[in-house]
Amino acid sequence: MTDTTQAVAGRSAPAAKAPASKGTRPMRLANPLYASLGLLVLVLLAWEFLPPALDVPKFIIPTLTDCLAELSRMWAFEGLLGHFLSTALYTVLGFAIGSLLGAVLGYLLGMSEFWEKVLSPYILALQIAPKVAFAPLFIMWFGYNAMPKLLVTVLIVFFPVLVNVLQAMRTVDRDLVNLARAYNLGRLGVFWKVEMPSTLPNLMAGLRIASTLAVIGVTVGELVGGNTGLGFLISYGGGQANAAMVFNAILLLTVIGYALYFALVKIETRVLHYLPRAEH
Amino acid sequence: MALEFRNVTKKFTTNAGDRLTAVSDVSFRVDEGEFVSVVGPSGCGKSTILSMTAGLYQPSDGEVLVSDAAVTGPNAHVGFMLQKDLLLPWRSIISNIEFGLEARGVAKAERRARAMKELEHCQLAGFDSHYPYQLSGGMRQRAALARTLAIDPEIILLDEPFSALDAQTKLLLQNSFAGTIAKTGKTTLLITHDLVEAVLMSDRILVLSERPGTVVAEIKVDLPKRDRPIERRVMPEVSDYAAQLFKHLKLEEKAA
Repeated sequence: MTDTTQAVAGRSAPAAKAPASKGTRPMRLANPLYASLGLLVLVLLAWEFLPPALDVPKFIIPTLTDCLAELSRMWAFEGLLGHFLSTALYTVLGFAIGSLLGAVLGYLLGMSEFWEKVLSPYILALQIAPKVAFAPLFIMWFGYNAMPKLLVTVLIVFFPVLVNVLQAMRTVDRDLVNLARAYNLGRLGVFWKVEMPSTLPNLMAGLRIASTLAVIGVTVGELVGGNTGLGFLISYGGGQANAAMVFNAILLLTVIGYALYFALVKIETRVLHYLPRAEH
Repeated sequence: MALEFRNVTKKFTTNAGDRLTAVSDVSFRVDEGEFVSVVGPSGCGKSTILSMTAGLYQPSDGEVLVSDAAVTGPNAHVGFMLQKDLLLPWRSIISNIEFGLEARGVAKAERRARAMKELEHCQLAGFDSHYPYQLSGGMRQRAALARTLAIDPEIILLDEPFSALDAQTKLLLQNSFAGTIAKTGKTTLLITHDLVEAVLMSDRILVLSERPGTVVAEIKVDLPKRDRPIERRVMPEVSDYAAQLFKHLKLEEKAA
């Protein structure tokens, strides 16, 4: 019993300390959030006033207000919403398909040392090959539709997930696996109860990397061919020397990537709730 | 008879291709409910003895018997615990304790009931829904013991379960393990390099020689309070037993 009370005391001790440190927090002026927002305001002001002051023409660097005006024009006359939704849809779709394939293949290869050795040189080669360079090929094969950009995205998302899962499968604690075997678990039981949960942190890390790459895949697919999506607006705006349109499209692409990334971070904190988190 | 080694020899082939004899002609018996420790210099094959009892590998010569049946592979009679607690971090304490029962076709309700019982035996009541990272090292080892006890093994094998803990936690945990084991009446084999620990916790101590390990002495610890090492600790005889072990291990000669 002594040990239990000790542990309870141990848990209440930091709790007793917490109010004191909380009390000092609002006093701190160096709050990173305020500093971050301050920096944003500073950059936006510089963007608005510096280019005209330095006589930089609009088609080189449009100001903030130019971009906002162009944004509402794009909304009204260029069907911006449709382009945005198309890009967002294919980003999520490509991410989902690519990471599913990557994870499944990663787990399969992780369970079979033989096939991992057979396939690893080719996987490495494909991983090194620049995936975006496949885009023109896919257009030749599938035409000017959504298929090429989906394929580029799937291809680009696939590898970080595969590699992370494979790496994690190789480093699962052997003693844990032995323990599970000693408890009469079969191959599948060991996978579902030990290996799969052990690799979750790495899978989630792979998915986070993949989410940022998914936007690149879709953009390249749309830049190279097609007539929908934010990538198309970039090449269209570029052709017309409409820098504000290009700026806006880039910003919106970033928004899509950001949203996907943070959705994943939210999922990750829920799934990996059992990991001790470093506070601040 | 809970456990018997009959003239057991184990040879390994090293990576370099040499033949290496880990233990040679080891014979001993452990009676039901007895607590026996195995001490010896490092590399004397203590863990080899444990692995052969657990059925992780077979002796090259001789026989290992658990409950009068030869051990041929991992089996339900033996529960083992290592220095690492090996709790699954993504499972709550209670479902970690249930882990060993899951592949044995025990119904869910009964699994939970048995796990709850062991949780209380190991003085962890109230921590069932905690996660391993929320527990101290000592409490995690107790949870690992609860998991081992939950499968109701005939023999518990402990491979230096206290060696990674600080001195005070170690003392408390030895006490708590000894109490729990005495209450359940389980036969226990403890592998340790801590001579005092062996004296405090055991009915009997087997001393192994250097490699190839063989039993050079068998010391009966004739002291009361096996279930309370903390009380046994202050008895003056403890240092005499430790000195005996010291002599058998020829530690003074080595120090000279």
